[in-house]
Amino acid sequence: MTPTYYLLLSALLFTIGAVGVLVRRNAIVVFMCIELMLNAVNLTLVTFARINGSLSGQVMAFFVMVVAAAEVVVGLAIIMSIFRTRRSASVDDSNLLKY
Amino acid sequence: MSVLATLVTAAQPVPVPAPPAPAATITQPPISYPAIMPILIILGAACVGVLFEAFLPRHNRIAAQLVLSVLAILVAGWRLLSYADEMPETGTITLGRALAVDKPTLVLWATLLVLTIGALILMADRTVERGGYFVADAAVRPGTVQDRAQAGRGEMQTEVFPLALFALGGMMVFCAANDLLTMFIALEVLSLPLYLMCGLARRRRLLSQEAAVKYFLLGAFASAFFLYGLALLYGYAGSVQLSDIANAAAGTNRSETLLFGGLGLLVVGLLFKGSVGPFHTWTPDVYQGAPTPVTAFMGACTKIAAFGGILRVLSVGFGTTSWEWRGVLWGVAIASMVIGAVLGLTQTDVKRMVAYSSVAHAGFLLIGAIVLKPAGLSATLFYLVTYGFTTLATFGVIGLVRNADGEATHLSQWAGLAKRSPLVAGTMAFLLLALAGIPLTSGFVGKFVVFQAALSDGMAPLVVVAVLASAVAAFFYLRVIVLMYFSQPAEDGPTVTIPNLWTTGVLTVCVLVTLFLGIAPSLVLDWTSSGVFALQ
Repeated sequence: MTPTYYLLLSALLFTIGAVGVLVRRNAIVVFMCIELMLNAVNLTLVTFARINGSLSGQVMAFFVMVVAAAEVVVGLAIIMSIFRTRRSASVDDSNLLKY
Repeated sequence: MSVLATLVTAAQPVPVPAPPAPAATITQPPISYPAIMPILIILGAACVGVLFEAFLPRHNRIAAQLVLSVLAILVAGWRLLSYADEMPETGTITLGRALAVDKPTLVLWATLLVLTIGALILMADRTVERGGYFVADAAVRPGTVQDRAQAGRGEMQTEVFPLALFALGGMMVFCAANDLLTMFIALEVLSLPLYLMCGLARRRRLLSQEAAVKYFLLGAFASAFFLYGLALLYGYAGSVQLSDIANAAAGTNRSETLLFGGLGLLVVGLLFKGSVGPFHTWTPDVYQGAPTPVTAFMGACTKIAAFGGILRVLSVGFGTTSWEWRGVLWGVAIASMVIGAVLGLTQTDVKRMVAYSSVAHAGFLLIGAIVLKPAGLSATLFYLVTYGFTTLATFGVIGLVRNADGEATHLSQWAGLAKRSPLVAGTMAFLLLALAGIPLTSGFVGKFVVFQAALSDGMAPLVVVAVLASAVAAFFYLRVIVLMYFSQPAEDGPTVTIPNLWTTGVLTVCVLVTLFLGIAPSLVLDWTSSGVFALQ
């Protein structure tokens, strides 16, 4: 089993996440798709660490996890506040600012 | 599959099947504390500010927070100036090559510190709006009984001060980051507080919250791209140090797919932060919805930090491969200038109009950033300094024109403003002329040096497009001036609020800098051209 397959898998996961951000309507689901993209990057980093034979890629994956956790805190707070106001988490309903 | 297999084998000529055993002892890299002291002071003060929030009674907080943040910035500036004298000519690379403190870094840091003091004073102004620009209690639902009750209270969420300091710390690290991982962490440290600050407006809270959601979702999306670019470049070079990537790219048979795929994704994330060209979609919405002092902070400081990062990544990390990617960034710069100038024409809201103008300015800045020579670096830095002061003052003035519902940002409400308040209309007219790049303002000199650097590097077609775009953009700035001076004021038009002494001082200083840099730019030009990026 070559590491190449993991790179392919992570590219696939990243693409699924990116497409999900563009097509899904619920802010929480959009946010989960972003998290999927970050975790796809983690898989890429760990795979390249294996291919390159260095540990730094694995260390970077930890940094990414910490940043993702911090992003969840801030992001969910913002999404919650707008949900409480509008009773809806749909990104289509946030349409006051345009043109 | 075979394509991918060749890709990876090409990426690493000698694949090592298993990672080596980690070294038994890890030696701590040497740290040059004097070089990084400004960052430590700012981030330390931000942490103290969080403690203030926890332990001080509410009515004391705003004064304490303002004094703490301004003091921290002044001390950081003092440490910065004293380090500038003792710094070696080529700069200092410290913290295991994670941070590079060199002449361009010091220029960017000093500009960021000065502009943040201005933005903090604007944020603390409570005479323009009773209680300040920020909501008393962000957790209360807009439109409820409790919301109406809290709207009358003369308090505000003073968390904006530590948040602004964290954002400033992130921006300073971002400008100095010498490897991509540090840059990514700094990107998040600067972005996360800004997402929150966008949602804290006292008036029009729905717009403010919507701006925060949009900024957050798009910002997180863009940083995911930055991160995937980082991962691909790590696969390419086996390191995320900018200089290692440059060395790896100079004459090897590694996979170009990884290099240019990584660079492309990385640059998308950076251009998003700088609100350049096709990646600008968040800019008008967020600039309009955010509280005006936060817009001023974002408009001035985020742009400086983002372009500081772009300059360093392109010249240190990808200078060796510039002929491969430069054409793409030509296209991006043209797109940015055209989008900003043309869409700016159709705007009816002053804040959105300035937002589109910032997209056009990002295009001009990108021209300077892709010159990749000392002339281009110094021109771009100078442009950033001039743009920062002008933008801060512009949003400061926009915040003063108000009616009973808060800020009157619709263009029709600005009609005949010169008859009501000649001073504010005159200041705004001067700032708009500076944004348009009229001679005797700093905007003209900024554009001139950037175009000159681009011409000397054989980018004449780009300069022609840029001049045309500035001509188009000048039209919508002049439209506001004509509206202010040659229209009859509306019956129920807005009034101009007299700000407190501090805000007046900030606006005066910014306007004077704009004028001074238009008349005698050589002082700052000498300073921005005093050194180049440290390479290691």
